[in-house]
Amino acid sequence: MHVLPALITVLLLVAAGYAAGRIEALRFFFGAVVPLAAVAVFLGGIAWRVLRWAASPVPFRIPTTCGQQRSLPWLKHARLDNPATGWGVLGRMALEVLLFRSLFRNTKAELHAGPKLVYSEEKWLWLAALAFHWSFLIVFLRHLRFFMEPVPAFVLALQNLDGFFQIGAPVLYWSGVIILVALLYLLARRLWDPQIRYVSLFTDYFALMLLLGLVSSGLLMRYFTKVDIVAVKQLAVGLITLSPVVPAAVSPLVFVHLFLLSVLLAYFPFSKLVHMPGVFLSPTRNLANNNRARRHVNPWNYPVKVHTYEEWEEEFRDKIVAAGLPLDKE
Amino acid sequence: MRDRPWILLGLVAFLGLITFPIWYNQAAGTTSAAPELQKAVKGDTCIYPTDYMRASHMDVLMRWRDEVVRNDKRLVKIGDKTYNMSLTSTCMDCHTSKADFCDKCHNYAGVKPYCWDCHVDPALLKGGAGERAALRAPGGQHVD
Ligand code: HEC
Ligand code: HEC
Ligand code: HEC
Repeated sequence: MHVLPALITVLLLVAAGYAAGRIEALRFFFGAVVPLAAVAVFLGGIAWRVLRWAASPVPFRIPTTCGQQRSLPWLKHARLDNPATGWGVLGRMALEVLLFRSLFRNTKAELHAGPKLVYSEEKWLWLAALAFHWSFLIVFLRHLRFFMEPVPAFVLALQNLDGFFQIGAPVLYWSGVIILVALLYLLARRLWDPQIRYVSLFTDYFALMLLLGLVSSGLLMRYFTKVDIVAVKQLAVGLITLSPVVPAAVSPLVFVHLFLLSVLLAYFPFSKLVHMPGVFLSPTRNLANNNRARRHVNPWNYPVKVHTYEEWEEEFRDKIVAAGLPLDKE
Repeated sequence: MRDRPWILLGLVAFLGLITFPIWYNQAAGTTSAAPELQKAVKGDTCIYPTDYMRASHMDVLMRWRDEVVRNDKRLVKIGDKTYNMSLTSTCMDCHTSKADFCDKCHNYAGVKPYCWDCHVDPALLKGGAGERAALRAPGGQHVD
């Protein structure tokens, strides 16, 4: 079981953030230094990972084929599942990144009485993943209201849309509810199913629980305890203009939120979460399947010294003739 | 191998996009200064401690609304003072300028309360005191 270590780690992080918010001497360090360092690690880490991926050789096309390759004209070509051109790849990539098409193909196998192995569709993971990622994007963009002054119109428009039903004050944002429910489902899924629990590692639980901590602290501040938003925005703007201030009115809960975020950012490039840039660089998704249409020469082919049959025949001509064997070239 | 320029382009685009708020604030000359709000024209304190009001005034307003609209109760005793639970007649009696108080702060925080779809901004009422009083409470049942 990796659940408890992950839970305990996240709870310790929460406690550390809260304590830092209460201890005067630590407020500046945790309110300014740690977040800025985390952002630097995040950006540097992502760049480092991507550059390393870019440096790895891709000599050959290794697309996973989920449909008919382009072939003879009377065979129907699956353009998106097995693209033969860059545009086709763009389409497949867009569907993958925006709609998680691979996950949509998810199936589950169950052993029924008989014994009979039964495969069935399993869309909940896809739905929860999609709900989580899209809400996360919306939540992330909505947070720009804290970092940008004046607040840009697209952020206000997004808020309007998110709070369309105007429930309560502060208005309920649906993305906040959806992200919480989706994360809880994704966590429950790992705990519920023995097979999935068996393959779940510390990092799987840690990422989910860290995100749950981040989301819950945010929801708690917005809807329940309430915090001084003006002070929070001063802190946020201070961070982003690189002239950090930590107003006295910033509540310890904000420190919890900020610290969990910092940990997430710093952890991101070195964990499975790096699939965010990684998905764009997966060779099975981003390469057109044109292996049979175009010749792909291995670009780092070492100039091998070859000895052709013709040369060999020339070298041993007299011996071959003496043995009475046939020659290619008389 | 031949895709390397595209990967670099993608990375640069990502870094540019994610650091966009930095350049935006730079261009707008944003500093971490808080907005300057209008001072309350009356009273030394708000109805509740200022810290609480700053973070939770919407809770107060919603409580008041529910009391008035659902329970038909208009007066509330807080400490030794009695207030008429009204957005425009009470809050805006001390914080007279919607533009320089509520809006300034809300623009800064990026919130657009929809209350003003129905409730009136007293500053828009140019008429005499009678007209003001009539318009104070949207329902017209004005209690002072
Ligand atoms: C100190 C800054 C400040 C001042 C002054 C202020 N507000 Fe607010 N108000 C806020 C913030 C910040 C929020 C949003 C809280 C959040 O998003 O969690 C808010 C939210 C609200 C909401 C909830 C609306 C929503 O859509 O989320 C209402 C209603 C509201 N304010 C009314 C008023 C009124 C009326 C006044 C003037 C009498 C006023 N406020 C003055 C900062 C302020
Ligand atoms: C008796 C006059 C009075 C009434 C009525 C009143 N306030 Fe205040 N309010 C004040 C004073 C005084 C302050 C302290 C700050 C100042 O000097 O402006 C204040 C502060 C505030 C703040 C924090 C502003 C800041 O500087 O950060 C908010 C928000 C606020 N009031 C909202 C309201 C709302 C909403 C209502 C109605 C529910 C209301 N007030 C009713 C007098 C009043
Ligand atoms: C659809 C129109 C409408 C909207 C939008 C609206 N109100 Fe009201 N509100 C009313 C009406 C009508 C009353 C009843 C007035 C009365 O009986 O005096 C009322 C009463 C109130 C009262 C108590 C009476 C008074 O004089 O203020 C409060 C407080 C109040 N609303 C706050 C809010 C807040 C805060 C918002 C925004 C989050 C809001 N309202 C949005 C229509 C609206």
